[in-house]
Amino acid sequence: MTYAATDVATSSSLTDIPIDISVMIVRGMRRSLRDPEAFITALMLPVILMLLFVYVFGGAFAAEGGGRYAQYVVPGLIVLCAGQGAGTTAVAIATDMSSGIVDRFRSMPIASSSVLAGHIVASLARNLLATALVIGAGLAVGWRPSAGPAQWIAAAGLIVAFIFAMSWLATAVGLLAGSPEAANSATFAIWFLPYLSTAFVPAGTMTRVLRPIAANQPFTPIIEALRGLWMGHTSTGASTGHEALLAVIYCVAIAGLSAVAASYLFRHRAAA
Amino acid sequence: MSYTVRARGIRKAFGGKQVLDGVDLAVPANSVFALLGPNGAGKTTLIRILATLTRPDSGTATVNAHDLHSDPRGVRRSISLAGQYAAVDQILTGRENLVMMGRLLRLSRQAARHRADELLEDFGLADAADTRVKAYSGGMRRRLDLAVSMVVRPPLLFLDEPTTGLDPRSRQQLWCVVKGLADAGVTVLLTTQYLEEADRLASTVAVLHHGRIVAEGTPAELKSRADGASLDDVFFALTESDADANADFSFRGAIR
Repeated sequence: MTYAATDVATSSSLTDIPIDISVMIVRGMRRSLRDPEAFITALMLPVILMLLFVYVFGGAFAAEGGGRYAQYVVPGLIVLCAGQGAGTTAVAIATDMSSGIVDRFRSMPIASSSVLAGHIVASLARNLLATALVIGAGLAVGWRPSAGPAQWIAAAGLIVAFIFAMSWLATAVGLLAGSPEAANSATFAIWFLPYLSTAFVPAGTMTRVLRPIAANQPFTPIIEALRGLWMGHTSTGASTGHEALLAVIYCVAIAGLSAVAASYLFRHRAAA
Repeated sequence: MSYTVRARGIRKAFGGKQVLDGVDLAVPANSVFALLGPNGAGKTTLIRILATLTRPDSGTATVNAHDLHSDPRGVRRSISLAGQYAAVDQILTGRENLVMMGRLLRLSRQAARHRADELLEDFGLADAADTRVKAYSGGMRRRLDLAVSMVVRPPLLFLDEPTTGLDPRSRQQLWCVVKGLADAGVTVLLTTQYLEEADRLASTVAVLHHGRIVAEGTPAELKSRADGASLDDVFFALTESDADANADFSFRGAIR
């Protein structure tokens, strides 16, 4: 046997961090593509939900402005699918942490935070694909946004920011949970909360108790900003600009806090 | 004599339980050093500390002349970690695992691929190169784990219970591999609960019990202490106490 072919690695420096990150991104993408069950579920879900909400529930919901329900529900489904995607990300992180490979990465002279970067980028890719499917399915069932190019670009930017924030949040939850099972239950709030927002019905139609919750929870500004950009008006009566500003503040706050928490947890969690 | 690992007074408690209670360790360069002890003796904790994964409560150590506290990156450049919880990506193939590690250790894309081919051949995994690790047997997984540790040859290899849970045939194969590594000049610090393994592989054996090193020497020296009896007798004499009679009993059961 010839073990001695290669000598000790030369010292890595800051300029090598992009290599670490790109290796981890390739790893994250491969892992996503090779979990066919989760992947197909993630791809089918947007389409199934769209059909369900438009053709099964849609008739009963008096959509705002009298149009078909598809005109209302698209932003809500994007948020709902992102919540589902966050569950996948949290479970992926928790699974990774409970296997030995993260210990190996941490014992190597590499930027160990690149492990998280790999997960974040894979999560972004999965969720942007799911979002594209929601939009495609929406257009297929008769959604007709009035947005011009500028509004579409703003909506796309907002979606990327939102999914980025959700990915960091899911990463922090996955690290905190410790086991894949716990991570799965911990993301319950992320995918349940959209139901208590203006995702599916305007806040005004809810009972008095739920109304302020739906109007003020973090998912609502994102949903309403997208709705305003695409359809020209929000369901809350607030201006699109106001909702968009709130949405951006929420995204930055969630991403920032989650990233700090995730980095801390990643460095300290395995020490126990 | 030069030492690859020097540790002094390493202490670590988890939730009020003193897992390591002042461990001193000196691992000579180019040797195979076995840390022997029953389950729960603190072996894995000690390895994790020396591999910069866990912070000790107190104590100092140098690994390949790099200080654990002030130069953890230097330590990480000097070590490779393998063992019990085969640290490979199960969703990737054997080849992908090896190429990934090569890239992380700054081999060029081409060099990483080339090295992967060499190692797959060396570790008898060429036929399974493009199979996902999930489908590997336990023995194949451990061999891949070791191959991954050897992508870039480290001065020091930590092997945490390398053969726990393997069938006898896979264990023999793995022993051969470890011997080969030692012959190639890699210093190996291995933990084991199998006396036979320590006897076969190691030039020095230290017995860890209740977070302390209770005996140290060559296998022959330890045996002579018990009037030429087997290493088993030495081990049981050293590690038997009223407090954990039950634990020792089950441990005995496990290795018989």
